[in-house]
Amino acid sequence: MTDTWSVAGRTFTSRLIVGTGKYKDFEQNAAAVAASGAEIVTVAVRRVNVSDPTAPMLTDYIDPKKITYLPNTAGCFNADDAIRTLRLAREAGGWDLVKLEVLGEAKTLYPNMRETLEATEVLAKEGFLPMVYCVDDPIAAKQLEDAGAVAVMPLGAPIGSGLGIQNRVTIRLIVEGASVPVLVDAGVGTASDAAVAMELGCDGVLMNTAIAEAKDPIRMARAMKLAVEAGRDAYLSGRMGLRKYADPSSPLAGLI
Amino acid sequence: MAVISIMLNGEARQVREGSIADLVASLGLDVKKVAVERNREIVPRSTLAAVALAEGDALEIVHFVGGGC
Repeated sequence: MTDTWSVAGRTFTSRLIVGTGKYKDFEQNAAAVAASGAEIVTVAVRRVNVSDPTAPMLTDYIDPKKITYLPNTAGCFNADDAIRTLRLAREAGGWDLVKLEVLGEAKTLYPNMRETLEATEVLAKEGFLPMVYCVDDPIAAKQLEDAGAVAVMPLGAPIGSGLGIQNRVTIRLIVEGASVPVLVDAGVGTASDAAVAMELGCDGVLMNTAIAEAKDPIRMARAMKLAVEAGRDAYLSGRMGLRKYADPSSPLAGLI
Repeated sequence: MAVISIMLNGEARQVREGSIADLVASLGLDVKKVAVERNREIVPRSTLAAVALAEGDALEIVHFVGGGC
């Protein structure tokens, strides 16, 4: 039985999306992507180094024909910059599926939801398919969906913090209310955090630093793959109820 | 060939007159891996050879790099 998920009509098997920042080099990055089993990677759009055009490029190591590049607006602090960046990304890559994030401040990298909502509306009107980084607020998530987001991506904790899912209740409420895929974006620190996100019913998880800054990124990439799969299976299994006290697993009848 | 002054990725630069495709090629870049914005307007890849650079143009040439959340 294959368990797939779809966003804007595209179907994927892996529920783990990984970033491509902070790695030691392109080789390590490519090996981590392979170990994670991810079918989508986030990428940034930046100026070409015109003084050294022969410098190696990401596309030489991670083949955009095999792995879906998800252009991301990380580093944009207003709607205009984010929209401009994604227009360039669409021209560079030739696809409409993008990840929008409009940041509010450097300290927390929390999203600026007013600008995010505005950018979502503009992008959707221009034919983009925006997957949108947002606060873990079920109302904001619905507003984004109404504005044309093809997926909502609430933070589990601040970007790069590795603090894990801070508010399971709000993530669960977003999942329950959404009619588009929900992916936890940011805050995962280790494998159990990814499993928690999946056990809450999320369609997927996006992470970068948790893998890139592990002492052994390739091993951690594999751990994340397994955690996402385990969390998903646990969610689909329907976990046991919680009890306040013990309940023996062995029969009481026939005790000597 | 005449030389003109443009802004390329935020830096002043003297380049030969010609199309944007000529400039991209002269920089040693693969036109299929970059996107170009001229004076804040996207220049579709299919038209790069048809658009001539003009004195004072502001160009941004970008590509995909590693990035995360």
